[in-house]
Amino acid sequence: MLKIKNLSGGYGDKKIIEDVSFEVEKGEMLGILGPNGSGKSTLMKLISGVLPVREGMITVDGKQIADFPPKELARTMAVLPQLHVHAFSHSVRETVSLGRYPHQSGWFSSWSKEDEQSVIEAMRLMDISHYETSQIDQLSGGEQQRVFVAQALAQNASILLLDEPTNHLDINHQKELLDTIKKQAIEKELTIVSIFHDINLAAMYCDKLLLLDKGCIYRIGEPHEVVREHDVEAVYRTRVSNHPHPELPKPQITLLPNVKRDISSAQVRAQDFLVSSQMVLYRSRLPLKTVSSAVVNPGSGWFRNFMNRHVDAAYNIDNSLEEMKSFIEKNELKSTDTVGMMTAVQTEHAVVKEYEGPFGTVVIAVTAGIGNGVDVSKAVERTMHVGTINTWIMVNGTLSEEAFIQAMITATEAKTKALQQEQVLDPLTGTIATGTSTDSCLVASTQQGEYLPYAGPITEIGKLIGRGVFECTVEGIKIYREAKKA
Amino acid sequence: MSKNLLAYIVSLLLLSGAIMLGVTIGTVSISPVVLWNPASDAAAANILWNIRMPRVVLAGLVGAALAIAGAAFQGLLKNPLADPYTLGVSSGASVGAVMTLFFGISLPFLGPFTLPVMSMVGALLTMFMVMGFAKLVDRSMKMETVILTGIIFSSFLGSIISLMIALTGEELRQIIGWLLGSVSMRGWPYVQMALPFIVIGSFVLWLNRRELNAMLFGEERAQHLGVDVKKRKLLILIGGSVLTGAAVAVSGTIGFIGLVVPHMTRLVWGSDHRHLLPLSFINGAALLIICDLVARTIISPTELPIGVITSFIGAPVFAYIFFRQRKGGSMNA
Repeated sequence: MLKIKNLSGGYGDKKIIEDVSFEVEKGEMLGILGPNGSGKSTLMKLISGVLPVREGMITVDGKQIADFPPKELARTMAVLPQLHVHAFSHSVRETVSLGRYPHQSGWFSSWSKEDEQSVIEAMRLMDISHYETSQIDQLSGGEQQRVFVAQALAQNASILLLDEPTNHLDINHQKELLDTIKKQAIEKELTIVSIFHDINLAAMYCDKLLLLDKGCIYRIGEPHEVVREHDVEAVYRTRVSNHPHPELPKPQITLLPNVKRDISSAQVRAQDFLVSSQMVLYRSRLPLKTVSSAVVNPGSGWFRNFMNRHVDAAYNIDNSLEEMKSFIEKNELKSTDTVGMMTAVQTEHAVVKEYEGPFGTVVIAVTAGIGNGVDVSKAVERTMHVGTINTWIMVNGTLSEEAFIQAMITATEAKTKALQQEQVLDPLTGTIATGTSTDSCLVASTQQGEYLPYAGPITEIGKLIGRGVFECTVEGIKIYREAKKA
Repeated sequence: MSKNLLAYIVSLLLLSGAIMLGVTIGTVSISPVVLWNPASDAAAANILWNIRMPRVVLAGLVGAALAIAGAAFQGLLKNPLADPYTLGVSSGASVGAVMTLFFGISLPFLGPFTLPVMSMVGALLTMFMVMGFAKLVDRSMKMETVILTGIIFSSFLGSIISLMIALTGEELRQIIGWLLGSVSMRGWPYVQMALPFIVIGSFVLWLNRRELNAMLFGEERAQHLGVDVKKRKLLILIGGSVLTGAAVAVSGTIGFIGLVVPHMTRLVWGSDHRHLLPLSFINGAALLIICDLVARTIISPTELPIGVITSFIGAPVFAYIFFRQRKGGSMNA
């Protein structure tokens, strides 16, 4: 266990690190974050014994590091510094072999089987075995970095200090290297302290993070306690936004650059919707922030094109995504810039209306077919059919994250109310349907104009959405019924 | 056969060849048979063992000392332009020698050996002054500090030598001759005098071969790897300085060997100090023996200063290897 207590120190008389204390357990990985000049490397140098400690204590398993003889310290603690250029070159193998220096003793060479195995293993882990005879000055920066990590691993120390281990590496090798190090940390119970530039990488791999600011600890704790918009902005003096990692329960941040978005008017208007027997299509000049349950590009994102395509009731659903993408491309739209939905309803029956509120307007577009209405409160075995009520809500305004979700809820409530009003029944249960089996909903916003933090049913925008979706759905159902009669 | 074994075999063959040529060629040509059968030609055996052999051995020792010291200094200072004279030790040795000649000093008991002894004393004094001053300036003795201190002392001592040259009369030729370097007419006593220093100095450097490898990546990296940097640095500097001092004391300032032999060895056989140090030692010996042979035979009976020849032979050889290495790519792959 590495324990740092009230540590202060720096170069000469200048204190760069002031009163820093933390502990890192066996098998644990601590990430050090902080802006340039915050003292990250100085802290590393103090821990590794390159700089003298002015105040405080650094202990490994209770023993002060100042009391370790150099070789014993190197057997206990391996360091990966930032890459340096050097005048003379070694081969990759010679370089990695140097990691065994602290394990050798005596006047004559004492290269043991263990030395050999450690070197081979370290080269294998860093994926550099195939160029062990190359000279390191002939390798790329990323390859050199991996050679030096292998050198540190060959030391077989229980503590690893890494100064930006992913420097110079492409994203694949960043991941491979950190995966390897993390695996080593767990399997061999290593204690790892690593400096990171990339906050997201640090949050993904580290058990604990230390945010350093002007040589002092600004915050220390688990990633979710440290990677927070407010703290990161305060220390790095830049705008960021927090979001969750898609697979891991770890926080991530995104930079908010000062690049101005093109804000020339991007007004969504009902008359710009192209309604034909093939599809309902809306093409926006600027990308709209979108949340949807569409077939193509569901979830959230920024998109320019919105398509609600008519398909035959016998349409084969199995391969719908690829087929839909190629359909979009055939219509000379980019599938990466298009949200695509499907419906068996005749799309020329779509209801598109514009509603005006004090902040701006909302455009609602609904295609409604109620052939397989479902009462969601009755759980009954059902087969899938092509979706029948597709609802689009396009907002001329700026929605918050929660407003997007509230808009969805409000729209769904309004739809259900419309079905109730029109006495749409679930054919299996005979009760009033709450929707159909494959309804889709989409909320898109220009993110320009008035900021709308909430979109619940009693907000200005919520009122428009509620009324609009209700009216459009009712009208859609009526048209559908008339078309069926005819 | 492994590359390293090949390196030693080739280098030792070169050295044996150089010794063989060195002792047999000269104003009187001697059959190599005399080497193992002195009885076959007593007069030739006398020349061989009393004149040529000590000269060849001395040349070999001086070449070896300068080359291994150069290899160590280049590695330690991480500077391809470093040589055994970088730290100013040779200037100290030169001041000792030139002073002896200038004032005509002859110490009791030492007689003709006053010069090398004074030179050795000058070298050691300079070494301690350089180290002491460097330590005074910067407790951690960074290599830049040591190099700069060396340059300061070198320049200062160089000016003293120039001053003595400017003021001298008939000793001028003697002084210039010594400064250009020579191993002629020294005999076995010089070999005996230089040998212990060269053995100890080389051994000290060899003991630090792994540390030198680590220090190629910088002192900080070496410390991470467990090298006791301060102690090792001091040992290497002292070892190299003792070698340089001993070489300069017995032969004057012979240039180029200490700079070029390590480079050539490195280019051909790689920069691993475990082998670079001994190989530089062997190759330095071979090269200086050959240079000395050329110096005394090329316009015989006049002898050229050996320093002229080291550069004359060494530079083109170095150029060739450098060219092959950069253009041809893989001479050491």
